[in-house]
Amino acid sequence: MRRWIPLAVRLAVLVLLVAFVAMPQWFAPVFRPLTENGAPPIYNHGSLLVLTLLHLRTVVIATVAATLVSVGLAILVTRPAGREFLPLSRSLVNIGQTFPPVAVLALAVPAFGFGETPTLIALFLYGLLPIFENALTGLTTLPESVMEAARGAGMTEFQRLTRVELPLAFPVILAGIRLSVVISLATATIGSTVAARTLGEVIIAGLLSNNLAFVLQGGLIVGGLAVLIYDGFTSIERLADKRIGRTNTGD
Amino acid sequence: MIEIDAITKRYDGRPVVNDVSLVVEPHALTVIVGTSGSGKTTLLRMINRLVEPSAGTIRIDGKDNQSLPPHVLRRGIGYVIQGHGLFPHRTVGQNIATVPMLCGWDRTRIARRVDELLTLFQLDPAQFRDRYPDQLSGGQKQRVGVARALAAKPNILLMDEPFGALDPVIRGKAQMDLVAIQKQFGTTIVLVTHDMEEAIQLGDRIAVMDDGNLLQYAAPAEILASPATEFVETLIGTGDRPFRYLSLSALDGIVEAGMADGEPLPVTASRRDALAELLWSGRTALPVTGTDGTVLGRVTRETLLRLAERPV
Repeated sequence: MRRWIPLAVRLAVLVLLVAFVAMPQWFAPVFRPLTENGAPPIYNHGSLLVLTLLHLRTVVIATVAATLVSVGLAILVTRPAGREFLPLSRSLVNIGQTFPPVAVLALAVPAFGFGETPTLIALFLYGLLPIFENALTGLTTLPESVMEAARGAGMTEFQRLTRVELPLAFPVILAGIRLSVVISLATATIGSTVAARTLGEVIIAGLLSNNLAFVLQGGLIVGGLAVLIYDGFTSIERLADKRIGRTNTGD
Repeated sequence: MIEIDAITKRYDGRPVVNDVSLVVEPHALTVIVGTSGSGKTTLLRMINRLVEPSAGTIRIDGKDNQSLPPHVLRRGIGYVIQGHGLFPHRTVGQNIATVPMLCGWDRTRIARRVDELLTLFQLDPAQFRDRYPDQLSGGQKQRVGVARALAAKPNILLMDEPFGALDPVIRGKAQMDLVAIQKQFGTTIVLVTHDMEEAIQLGDRIAVMDDGNLLQYAAPAEILASPATEFVETLIGTGDRPFRYLSLSALDGIVEAGMADGEPLPVTASRRDALAELLWSGRTALPVTGTDGTVLGRVTRETLLRLAERPV
């Protein structure tokens, strides 16, 4: 397979996405066949660019928070002092995952009102599990001889964590963040049912006015973002993997 | 000097190391040998407190090793493990610099020390300093592992099966390098192995362990000549015993006047090698040369055969 083809496809997706979000009117002819009775082919209740940025902002805030809490928790329960909290933290994080985001929204709205906050809470809870599980895997499957060498060299527990354990677990943790981000990108759309400003607005507007073009536009932007971000993370992981010599199986 | 005084380690009430006492001589290479599960590694790991004893004390140069926090104690003791344990995310140079960094050496001093050690281990600094461990061969990794342990110039070096993962050819070379370094720096080395051959070849003193107990602690010649128990005798392997005994000394001291034909051996060669050469070439004597290449005399088969007999 020629090596430039995947790169060209990625670049094309990126260019199309940016062009569509910035200048949606250019694409009106493409979407016109999907509309009926002269309905607008391009979303017209607000700027797609602004919605996309707000959507991304919501996802980034929720993911950063979920990462900090999950990785922090994983570090805590892999220390000798915190080991007994491992089962408890596992079940807590699992509950976060099994609780449907819609239900979280329904419960959070009375407490926090309409807007971004309930969505952030739902995404945060939903994003915990993949990051936590991966961080746990990364921190508990470190090569025994390397850990032994770190102790034998006279590193303190904190030095072992920051200089050996986290750098070695980094690619695995990153894979967890990647899963979490992609899930959040899709899930964030339902936040628009409680007035969070996300790309869900476009989809909901399409559903309400029976405009397939709107639904497709919202879905395509979210899909494009997910593919590109997933891809970006995968490349960073591969780079980090190479850095810690995990690509080489010979030893 | 490491004084191990009535040390015991119990796991769930079962002793893994049982009331072991021994004194490791300074500037010597002491080998702890035993089968797996004999407690030899646990004993070694109690010296730098990777394992805390259940009872007993260990003194290093007269000072109880419990008097320092474990991480500070470990920075002063080199530690080499089987499978090297190099940090895969750090370069060779950074790996070697581990302990000096922890000790807060300044940058130029660390860089100088790294290059010095790489050169000592026959790795060109310019070529190897910035490589990652997965770009090295097994033998090179092992050397970097030892270099890392020696980086902060420790007086004591603990080695847990350091040659276990090497193939025989590289292992022989690595063993010789270790002995040379030990002689050069006078480091006190405690080495754990399951291989009696390795123990006899390297050790100034050998401690034989079985099932948590110290069976015998003596010089190799004495272990070979009078094994304390049947187990020690099994470990030596009676078939090879005369040859192992001969391998302990070089030719100096048994060279006699006279001439012999054929290829000479240097006076630094072991008596075992000389006998092997004589048997293989069918000669009764061979010439011996000094370090400058002049012929000192000869060694006869008779002499060697007599020396291979059990000493009384």
